[in-house]
Amino acid sequence: MTRDTSPITGGSTVADGHTALTEADELADLRVERTPRPGRWIAIAVILVLVAMLGHALVTNARFQWSVVGQYLFNGFIFGGILRTLELTGLAMLIGVLGGIGLAVARLSENPILSYMSRLYIWFFRGTPVLVQVLILFNLSALFPRLSLGIPFGPDFISGSPNTFLQAFTTAVIALGFNEAAYMAEIVRGGLLAVHPGQRDAASAIGMTRLKSMRYIVLPQAMRIIIPSTGNEVIGMLKNTSIVSVIALPELLFSAQIIYSRTYQTIPLLLVASIWYLVMTTVLTLAQTRLERHYGRSDRSTATGVRSWSLLRSVRTSMPNRGATQ
Amino acid sequence: MTTPAAPLVRAQKVHKSFGQVEVLRGIDLDVYSGDVLCIIGPSGSGKSTFLRCINHLEKIDSGLLMLDGKPIGYRRRGNTLRELKDRDLATFRSQVGMVFQHFNLFPHKTALQNITEGPIRVKGISPTAARAEAEQLLERVGLAKFGAKYPRQLSGGQQQRVAIARALAMHPKLLLFDEPTSALDPELVGEVLEVMRDLARDGMTMIVVTHEIGFAREAASNLIFMDEGIIIEQGDPREVISNPHHERTKAFLSAVL
Ligand SMILES: Nc1ncnc2c1ncn2[C@@H]1O[C@H](COP(=O)(O)OP(=O)(O)OP(=O)(O)O)[C@@H](O)[C@H]1O
Ligand SMILES: [Mg+2]
Repeated sequence: MTRDTSPITGGSTVADGHTALTEADELADLRVERTPRPGRWIAIAVILVLVAMLGHALVTNARFQWSVVGQYLFNGFIFGGILRTLELTGLAMLIGVLGGIGLAVARLSENPILSYMSRLYIWFFRGTPVLVQVLILFNLSALFPRLSLGIPFGPDFISGSPNTFLQAFTTAVIALGFNEAAYMAEIVRGGLLAVHPGQRDAASAIGMTRLKSMRYIVLPQAMRIIIPSTGNEVIGMLKNTSIVSVIALPELLFSAQIIYSRTYQTIPLLLVASIWYLVMTTVLTLAQTRLERHYGRSDRSTATGVRSWSLLRSVRTSMPNRGATQ
Repeated sequence: MTTPAAPLVRAQKVHKSFGQVEVLRGIDLDVYSGDVLCIIGPSGSGKSTFLRCINHLEKIDSGLLMLDGKPIGYRRRGNTLRELKDRDLATFRSQVGMVFQHFNLFPHKTALQNITEGPIRVKGISPTAARAEAEQLLERVGLAKFGAKYPRQLSGGQQQRVAIARALAMHPKLLLFDEPTSALDPELVGEVLEVMRDLARDGMTMIVVTHEIGFAREAASNLIFMDEGIIIEQGDPREVISNPHHERTKAFLSAVL
């Protein structure tokens, strides 16, 4: 797209008046004209008008109440919600990743019972809505408070009355984490299966046990596939945590809801929540892009038709680490 | 070749099926220390399967397969054989090197790391010592300057030579080669065969599945022609190649030569 202003060939300008120009020389000095694209301009114009209308509506429509948005954007209660959303995301993903690895290994194991149980688990948790799972677990925990609190962290983690904040939080972490484990299991399994079986053979042939082969040979290669997809899951999880507002857990969305249930400033507070979700997902997406670039590196350079931009990019990303030392 | 009393590898009536298909239908074979055994035969005749059975990457269904007088992959317990535990199996396999058709180098490790991985992780040798030996091995396969390269930066022939060095790093009693040159461009075959000839000269015991009849003729001490899961013909390689007795051997040789 930069070719429009540069001559086709670099050097041959008319330096010598004595030599007559051949046709090829003449052609070489011509500039390439930009191809007219009227459709593109029309599209840009239409989009600009639409954006202007939208912006106008956003700014002038009183219902958005931007002053209220500004008032609550850095509100302490909202910050508490953000923090809880991040905690939920982190803990649920931790359960999801560890559970996912376990489920994937079980699914691929030679033990038919393990494999079957893993499939059953994945079938159930992927086949029912996470909202329903949250509600079921929450209501079960109300019926058997001690039981539900006893599952994850030992029996005496919490000994409180049902429906306390901690109970809602534990329910949320478990429900989101268990659901995530089912999805992570498929991602991990995909990663493990993508490693060529010859790699396991080669690891066995030099005398590695199954565990060593998994740890030093198979998993590191599977990570190239698992990690970028896990990044996607984190972003999804961050948004999914809003679901647990239904069990009155004051994460970001429910915090906003608590405020507007008092002040009736519904739209501005939903905007506040949206803005913070956008900020968080944007940060995560940027991190995710870097991760993908990092882990995609060796794939790109093995591809046969490497395009120049990806070459440039892979050179840039591989500079700081030892992958570049040859 | 001295004549040791017991064979290093002994196969007796080895049978192996995949589902309904019987791939090995009674293999009898002895390989002595220092032997270079070449196995030839048409595609699907069970050559790879037999090789994989020798380091228990595949389990045999019946018969006996022994290395150094001990059953491969099993332990004797009274009158029965028990399959070895993962750890013991790994220890057993560390004595048998294997070189694959498609190299199977670890792509996330450099050439040097590919070679040191076994000594460090399996034998527990110090990284410094492992590295020093790996460099010697790289030199031996003619790749002294290539230690820091990743497999994808190497040609097929170079990758296969690294794979041979990786196998040698474990000081195996026996080296198995499964068509080590058939995934290579023709001009790269020579450099790999050269390394293998060196190993043969140094007295390494090798079982080589190959279509390189020239290599078999010069380097092998014994040649086997396999078809449909049985050994059709075996003997001195020059003799078998120039004067095959069986029709199937003749047909196969005239097709490859
Ligand atoms: N894991 C497996 N599962 C099912 N069938 C298999 C498996 N491995 C090999 N076979 C079958 O066993 C037969 C023998 O295969 P094998 O790879 O041992 O032959 P080969 O002599 O090495 O042939 P090639 O020269 O093509 O490598 C083939 O018919 C193959 O399809
Ligand atoms: Mg084969």
